[in-house]
Formats: sequence, C-alpha cells, structure tokens
Amino acid sequence: MTVPATAHRPSLDGPASAAPSSLSTWFSDGWVATKRNMIKIKRVPDILVFTTLQPIMFVLLFSYVYAGVIDIPGSDYKEFIMAGIFAQTVVFGSTYSGSAMAQDLKDGIIDRFRTLPMSPSAVLIGRTNGDLFINTVSMVVMIGTGLVVGWRVRSSLLEALAGVALLLFFAYALSWVLAFLGMCVRSPEVINNVSFLVLFPLTFISNAFVPAESLPTPLRIFAEYNPVSALVQSARELFGNVPPEARGVSDAWTIQNPILTVLIGIVVMLVIFVPLSIRKFSRISTR
Amino acid sequence: MSFIEAHELVKTYSPRGGPTVYALNGLNLDVPQGTVQALLGPNGAGKTTAVKVFTTLIRPDSGSATIDGIDVGTHGDRIRPMIGVSGQYAAVDENLTGFENLDMVGRLYHLGARASRARATELIELFELTEAQNRPVKGFSGGMRRRIDLAGAIVMRPRVLFLDEPTTGLDPRSRLGMWDIITRLVGEGTTVFLTTQYLEEADRLADDIAVIDGGKVIAQGTADELKASVGGQRIELSLVSEADSAVALEVLRRHGSDEPVLSAEGRTLAVRVAEGPAALQRVLAELHSADVALHDAGMRRPTLDDVFLTLTGHAASADSEGEAAA
Ligand SMILES: Nc1ncnc2c1ncn2[C@@H]1O[C@H](COP(=O)(O)OP(=O)(O)O)[C@@H](O)[C@H]1O
Ligand SMILES: [Mg+2]
Repeated sequence: MTVPATAHRPSLDGPASAAPSSLSTWFSDGWVATKRNMIKIKRVPDILVFTTLQPIMFVLLFSYVYAGVIDIPGSDYKEFIMAGIFAQTVVFGSTYSGSAMAQDLKDGIIDRFRTLPMSPSAVLIGRTNGDLFINTVSMVVMIGTGLVVGWRVRSSLLEALAGVALLLFFAYALSWVLAFLGMCVRSPEVINNVSFLVLFPLTFISNAFVPAESLPTPLRIFAEYNPVSALVQSARELFGNVPPEARGVSDAWTIQNPILTVLIGIVVMLVIFVPLSIRKFSRISTR
Repeated sequence: MSFIEAHELVKTYSPRGGPTVYALNGLNLDVPQGTVQALLGPNGAGKTTAVKVFTTLIRPDSGSATIDGIDVGTHGDRIRPMIGVSGQYAAVDENLTGFENLDMVGRLYHLGARASRARATELIELFELTEAQNRPVKGFSGGMRRRIDLAGAIVMRPRVLFLDEPTTGLDPRSRLGMWDIITRLVGEGTTVFLTTQYLEEADRLADDIAVIDGGKVIAQGTADELKASVGGQRIELSLVSEADSAVALEVLRRHGSDEPVLSAEGRTLAVRVAEGPAALQRVLAELHSADVALHDAGMRRPTLDDVFLTLTGHAASADSEGEAAA
C-alpha cells in the first residue's frame, strides 16, 4: 500500500495546521462545500423540478385564474402579483438549508466534516450558497415566464435588478436562520413542517397576493408589519409595479420605507444567525 | 512517552426526563506512539464517547485528553490536521460517488486539486471500490460505505487513526481485509486507536487492550496479561454421553477452585484449577474409575471471553440489548 508519507504529512508547526485560518483555505473550503451541494442539486431531480416547474405554475395560475377575479385599482393584477410570487418562491427556497443541515446531521456526514481541518463556516456557506443558486434559477425562470404572460418592468433595468437582488439577499439571510434551526431540530421532517407552518401564514397574510388594505383589520395590521410585505412592497416599487393610486394607502412605517425595512431585516438576520450557526456547527455531532 | 493521553475523563448525558448517564466516568489512558490501542467493551461502555472526545467532536465535562501534548478540547484546530477518523457509522455523502467523497475529503485536508484526485484514485483501488467509483453512494451496501469511510480516514496519512468498531457489520472476508489494512498502516508508523466488541479483533490487532465498562477502564494489558490476570488454567472436558455429566461435574467440583460450568449442550465442562497438570491427572484418574468416556480432555489458558466474564460479571457479547442506545 502506498500511503503518501512525507508529501502530505502535516507537521505540527507546518503550513498544514496553520492553513485553516487563512483566507485562501476559507475560500477553498467554502467552494468545496458549495460544489457538494451543486452535485446534489444535479443528482436529486425533485429539487430542480420544484425550483423551476413550481414557480412557472404559480405565475400561470395567478395570472390566469385569479387575474380575472381580483381587481387592483389602477393596476393590472398580473403586474401586481408578480413581486408577490417572486417573494413567496424565494422565501420557500431558503428552507432547503434547514432540512439539509438536519439531514446531514442524521446521516453523520457532519461528524466527518467536523473532524477535518476545514473552516467551521464552510459547510454552512456551501449550504446557503446552494439555496442562493436554487433561488437564482427560480428567479430567472419566473422572470421569463412573467414576461411571457405580459408582466412588464415599468422602472429602469437598474431598479429592476436591485429588486431581484433584494429578493435574493433576503432569502439568503433567511437561509442562515433556517440552517441554524435545522441544526437545533435535527429532524429534516420536523424542520420542514415547522418552516411550512410558519412561512405559509407569513407569505399569505401579506400584501403578496392581495393589497393589505383589503384585509380585515387584525390581518391588515399583521400584514403591514410582516417583513414579507416589506419585501414584496420593495420589489413592487423597484419593478415600477405599484399603481399610483396604491401609494401611501398604508401608513405603517414598514410599508412606507420598505427597502430600508428589508435591508435592516437582512442585516439583523445575518448578524445574529451567521455567528450563531457557526458556533452551533462547531459543537454538534450525530447523536 | 505517552502520545495519546486521557486523564480522568468524565462525560455525562442528561436525557430529558431520564437519569444522568455517565458515558465516561473517569477514563484514564496512556498510549505510546506507533502502537495500537484497543478499547474493548460491550455496547454502551463508552467507546464511542471516548473516540468523540479525542476526535474533537464533543468536549468532556471534566478531565483532560491530549494528543502529542496538545489538548484536544481547547486546540481542536491543531488536532484535526493530524488525525484520521472512521466513526461507528459511515460518514459519507449519499449523493456523491465514492470518488467524489474521497476527493472532497482530500480537498478539505487541503491537499490541492491534483493531489487529492490522485489520492482518491489510489484509495479506490486499494479498497477495491472500483464499483462505487462513479456511482452515488446511495445504492451501496453497508460494507461498501464502511470501506469508503475508512478510506476517507486515511486520505491524508494521519499521525493517529481513530477507528470506532471498524469491522462491526462486515462479512468475514471484508473483516480480514480491514485487519490487513490496519496492520499495514501500523507497519508504517501510524498510531491506531480502535474500539471493538470483538475479543478476537483486539487480540489480533492491538499491542495493548483496555477493557472498558461503565465509562472507565476496568482492566488493561496485552491479551496474555489479561488472561493471566484472570488467573489459573482451566480443565476442559468433552463427554461422549450427556448421561455422565452429573458424575463429571461432581469430580470437577472436587478438584476445581471454583464452580465448574457446563455448556448448554450438556457435554462440555470446564473448571478453573490451581495447579494445572496435577489436577488434570487426578481428574482423569477419577473419571476413568467411574467409567466416564471422554471425547477430549485438556488444559487451556483462559480466553478473553473468560476475562470479560470475570471482570464485568456479564458476557462480552451484549450485542443486542444496547443496540438501540448505541
Ligand atoms: N448523545 C447522547 N445522549 C444521551 N446518551 C448518550 C449519548 N451518547 C451516548 N449516550 C449514552 O452513553 C453511554 C455510552 O455510549 P457510547 O459511548 O456510545 O457507548 P459504546 O460506543 O461503547 O457503545 C450509553 O449509555 C449511551 O446510551
Ligand atoms: Mg459505540
């Protein structure tokens, strides 16, 4: 047997043991972990089907089934709804991190990673990058489908891109929250059910599919302060899809300042959950 | 000089609603470099917990664990580059192929793209994994996963290799293959820390065996030393007819230093004796005059099974009862 001896054998003070803290290994570890998730996306077809077909279905359903019945003053429902569908899709797209971290714990592969001299954030970075990739694919597919069914951006290209970026970053930050929860809950099934139980009301009791003002008062108040509403409102404004009549209807601060609200939300999620998740990762082990 | 050292390690678990479990309860160990240390014990003895402490996966409640003088709990980042680990359950990525799994581990040891691919190819051959090379691990047997996992542990040549029950669940042929690999690694100077429930395995591979039960070492030494510590030799008889067993038991009881044991099938008897050959002669003479016919009769040194039974009061193969908890 040929076990490479001197070549790979790290000495205690040598570069091998010093390496994990350097920026280039951090980058390389993150890349290796990301690649692992890319391979998974490639090999597990349901993920890609879910990521592409479901958003197409939503765009078609909402723009043809509901567009006829729901009337948005001064606007076309198709235009109104698109930001809502985008937001809902990327928010749900960020749940993969939760179930994947729980699954990795269950499978025991976390123990392998944790005994390797790799950066303790790499697995999480790879995981959340995987969600970012999935969501980017979904966004491209939805934008394409939206344009086909008659959705139009009424602002500038730059503003529209900013809207897409905001959606993706919000979902990315949420992935870190769910990754943390996935490690706490440890069961992929439970974390999936819990995130659906939380995310369904969050996305539906919002301004995503109907104007918040049209909701009965308690739901309206919930919808106005719901971060998903701020996200939808930001995207809508940046796409130029907010009808002039609908401006200033709600005087909730979060709806008046949606972009700032979303940016604050992103920063808060990242500042709390990135360190918390890395800390958690450095302590967990299969059973 | 000791290379791997455990000093009064304690690790407790407090399951919700249950009593506190002492997974490790004052474990002490001292392993010289380049040797094979076996941790031998039944399910639930604390073997996996000990391995997890040494491989930086969990922190002990108290006590210290060091490798080459470096504290495992506080300097995990200095420990990880020098260890290789194959845990009790294979830690492989189901969606990656055998090759991709090993390549990934190589990259995470920072071997570089080219070197880690070359090493992965080499290990695929060494572990006869060609079948799993280009197919996702998902569809493969436990034995195959186990081999990929062990290969993962030696992607980089570790200074210490930790193997938690490396042959549990393997067929006899794979077990021999595994022993072969471990023996060769040791020949190249790797220090090996392995756990096992198999007395034969410990006897075969290890320089030193620490018998653990209830989270601490209850006996330690080479296989021979352990056998000697149980003391005395045994007379073992094999009867032609079951009908003679009562007479034979009576004879053995008179000459043995403890209660003779009769095997389940009723024709094999054994007893511990003080001065071996003389006792055997007397036993045989008495059996002869009582007209008891024998298939076989002889002296034997205690086996590791006897050691375990004597030390713990229960048999070593407590395989089934602890399985769910392990
Ligand atoms: N994560 C855990 N939570 C609760 N109890 C545990 C945990 N891990 C191990 N134990 C308990 O600690 C004891 C030792 O376990 P372990 O080290 O796995 O033993 P072994 O590997 O020798 O079978 C057992 O009683 C086991 O049930
Ligand atoms: Mg175990």
